Amino acid sequence: MNQNAGSAVSKICKKFDHNGIRILDILREVQNRLGCINGETMELLADELSTHRIEIEGLVSFYSFFSEERKGKIIVRLCDDIIDRFAGVEEVARVFSEELGIGIGQTSSDGTFSLQYTPCIGMSDQAPAALINETVVTHLTAKSARTIARDLKKNMDLSKLVKKKGDGKNADRLVQAMVKNNIRKKGEVLLSDNITAEAGLKNALKKKPGEVIQEIRDSGLRGRGGAGFSTGLKWDLALQAESRERYVICNADEGEPGTFKDRVLLTERANLVFEGMTIAAYAIGSKKGILYLRVEYEYLLPYLESVLKRRRKAGLLGKNIVRKKGFEFDIRIQLGAGAYICGEESSLISSCEGIRGEPKTRPPFPVEKGFLGHPTIVNNVETFCCSARILDKGSRWFASIGTDESSGTKLMSVSGDCTRPGIYEVPFGIRVSEILNMAGADDPAIVQVGGASGDMIGRSAFDRKLCFEDLYTGGSFMTFNPGRNVLSIVDYFLEFFIHESCGYCTPCRVGNVFLRERIQKVMNGLAEEADLDYLKELSNTIIMTSRCGLGNTSPKSVLSSIEQFPIVYASLIRESRDGTQASFDIQKALEESRRIAKRQSMIYDPVYGGSSD
Amino acid sequence: MKKRIATVSLAGCFGCHMSLLDIDERILDLLKLAEFGRSPLNDLKKFKKRCHIGLIEGGCCNEENVHTLQEFRKNCDVLVAIGQCAIMGGLPVMRNAIMHSDDPLRECLETAYLNSKRVYNATNDIPNDPALPLILDKVYACAEVVKIDYQIPGCPPSGDTFWQTLTALIKGTPADLPYGLIRYD
Amino acid sequence: MSKSIVFKIDGMTVKGKAGQTIMDAADEGGIYIPRLCDVEGLEPQGSCRVCTVKVNGRPAAACTQPAADGIEVENDTLEILNWRRDIIRMLFHEGNHLCPICEASGRCELQAMGYRLGILQPAKYPYLQPVRPIDASHPDIILDTNRCIRCGRCIRASKYIDGKNIFGYVGRGINKQVGVNGKNLADTNAHLDDKAIALETCPVGCIIRKGLGFFAPIGQRQFDKASIGSDIENSKSRQKKK
Repeated sequence: MNQNAGSAVSKICKKFDHNGIRILDILREVQNRLGCINGETMELLADELSTHRIEIEGLVSFYSFFSEERKGKIIVRLCDDIIDRFAGVEEVARVFSEELGIGIGQTSSDGTFSLQYTPCIGMSDQAPAALINETVVTHLTAKSARTIARDLKKNMDLSKLVKKKGDGKNADRLVQAMVKNNIRKKGEVLLSDNITAEAGLKNALKKKPGEVIQEIRDSGLRGRGGAGFSTGLKWDLALQAESRERYVICNADEGEPGTFKDRVLLTERANLVFEGMTIAAYAIGSKKGILYLRVEYEYLLPYLESVLKRRRKAGLLGKNIVRKKGFEFDIRIQLGAGAYICGEESSLISSCEGIRGEPKTRPPFPVEKGFLGHPTIVNNVETFCCSARILDKGSRWFASIGTDESSGTKLMSVSGDCTRPGIYEVPFGIRVSEILNMAGADDPAIVQVGGASGDMIGRSAFDRKLCFEDLYTGGSFMTFNPGRNVLSIVDYFLEFFIHESCGYCTPCRVGNVFLRERIQKVMNGLAEEADLDYLKELSNTIIMTSRCGLGNTSPKSVLSSIEQFPIVYASLIRESRDGTQASFDIQKALEESRRIAKRQSMIYDPVYGGSSD
Repeated sequence: MKKRIATVSLAGCFGCHMSLLDIDERILDLLKLAEFGRSPLNDLKKFKKRCHIGLIEGGCCNEENVHTLQEFRKNCDVLVAIGQCAIMGGLPVMRNAIMHSDDPLRECLETAYLNSKRVYNATNDIPNDPALPLILDKVYACAEVVKIDYQIPGCPPSGDTFWQTLTALIKGTPADLPYGLIRYD
Repeated sequence: MSKSIVFKIDGMTVKGKAGQTIMDAADEGGIYIPRLCDVEGLEPQGSCRVCTVKVNGRPAAACTQPAADGIEVENDTLEILNWRRDIIRMLFHEGNHLCPICEASGRCELQAMGYRLGILQPAKYPYLQPVRPIDASHPDIILDTNRCIRCGRCIRASKYIDGKNIFGYVGRGINKQVGVNGKNLADTNAHLDDKAIALETCPVGCIIRKGLGFFAPIGQRQFDKASIGSDIENSKSRQKKK
């Protein structure tokens, strides 16, 4: 076994030229080959890469897809996002557990299977969904779960999992996924069928870099990820920063629960994404680009690599792009390793650099000091696509769509209690109610705009507009009917943030745990009025003192649900009687003791006629 | 009217009570403004009248502690947790962080009475007389069981700290403890 | 040649140099901004968030935020005091902090911060009571991780001053902790003389020397004599202009 690990590690490190920056790729291959990265393997890696065991342990323990404990040859990762929970993933889990003979979080003793939950994998429109190694399985039911489990036990063959391929490029030879695009509404910017390939790039190369940036600024394009920073300003700042090297990074981490629009763009508009990145590279003077692809979308990797290969062959990447002398640019795809926080731009950069995916101290910002200390722009997949279209059809065209402060269209990924979940390309300024109508939400009561870090609204707010000035979302739009429990949703979002917090700063690392404890107290009917004040105060401390966007937004579902659904809270709040703490349960506290002592309580058991006298 | 003060040591070592008595002759001034109700100091064992202030030393390790604490909450206007044991569990609470096996309480009792190197236990039994209150699954700070209004940290809080806090409570003014009187040890 | 800058903290004028952080300039000016994960000699990390101040109305960590001409910084306000109290409480409730038996009591910066901020109120937060290991493998050094507040000063000292990399962060979120570069501390080349092991590096009682328990009598310990931060407030270069 020793020799096996040693030679595997050696070979893999050699494959990546012993380049420490590529450690995420190295660890992924070691994990897949050896089934785990234990202490011994960490020391081997530390030796090969001239680093320290503690650094390797720091990485393995940070990213969800690496493990110190042995994982099975086949890992079943069931998505347990709130959408999947409401769609019945617990029943699916029970069946898998029964058939595979292991509990959630366990690995079978013969090393064949591991079964675990995983947060949103970008398949909310076809939930319940799961990853079985890299293969995505959708629309799971107890029945299909049983069939899958039995088939896998028999033949351990993942290629038989996809019985029916999805639409569009999902059926491509290199993808062969059962994933459906579910494109419900095409707009004129991104999902239009009338997009001339490379028109934007060719236009851009006719201009000076500064003019390209001006075009983007004039269009009013703002980041499509979650923060909405002015794209033109970002590119300009990177261009102005003194440096010989600059980097273009595409954020394809898409981890916000309920967001799956980049999945569709990468599937159906891969060339547009790369075109946008190339335009950006020209504008800011960059030779190297990285597409950071969340590991849950690994099923798209071979296809995306083939697109890059074709672009290189066609002179759209590499040296002298479109025969423009001196302009060279190429793109590498970096797979993530399971960390929502790596969707935050500076964490994403950390991850690309081969360190723990923790946000960096700002200032300086990435446009000044980013990847390996060089000026870097990190933009969302959709932002790059928009950039390509703007350079094609012009800033005025783009700015004429949408609202004053929010130009263009937005891809919404709609899921939840509706008949037509999927992708809607709509102009900014559209009302929540219009989306709900289009998506076939027959009785929406709760809408979560912007994922777990977004806003929870009730019916009174359904006429609000989706744009930066009003209600903004990176794309995630979840609708729930009146039967759903508001607090279950809030509790899930807090569970999600606790799982995904990087832990760097105190208020987010600890505060979110305390928030969840109190929300559960409310859910159990044990809270009082004072607990609501506690929730608001604690939320405020977390929001104001946290170091990055995760902590700045994690308490939002608590605050917005208290504001929008006061009756839900009021119905669960009780008046405090006699000064006792409702959450203290004397009967539960005595259980073990009774069992060991083999006698009842003289004070608290009715048999002895004693309740507190 | 004199304020009535009740005191008790739950799962405490009585160190806080001893420290309370470190107010020395100031107890005579105290008795001009207050009188003691149920307390180990005067050996009154029951609540005959309602008390204004209840001083609680020690946390809750067994059911009798809980019962007593609930009695205090019922019969006192204001409850003050004094000392680290009452505030966060003190030394007894150390058993919470250690006991994480499948059968933590049994392991704790067996270690204490049977298996430890220095134990000499002739009967090889864990004491289980019916008069012994049942032990709780973990040690609870007072504020986890009942509402606590104030806390005086320390192990024990000094006599001066007691003096400042008690006089403030009796007069109903906020106790502005100067830097040197706030102690967690 | 460092350009000089002038800004305000709580309305008081502070002079600094371009390139300094707000905290550095405040320290020189005799204004104390509470902090835990930052210490003299190490690069600031901005992780504890105790030093949160408001800069032109927006929160920022004073230890990493550059000072700039004309900014208005709020430090000693009730709002910020309450944030800091909450953070210190979070740290107390996250680990197992039993001051009565701790070797660092009296010189512990977490405890001293609790005293300075006047933290007295009844247990606001739940106690997490985690199971944390004690590593006593090394012949001279004990790591009682019940007390670790994840400040990372030992990590930075070991890496940048000792050049040894003994410590490092492992885990994520609430499970993030400080690990050692080996199976346990004895498996590393940690030494008593390391800066990482020095008394002034670990702010709490996590890194403890064997055989050296309570070396100062009560009343003569570091923070018995004066509140944390008083050394900065009483420094000669203090300039207070309203």
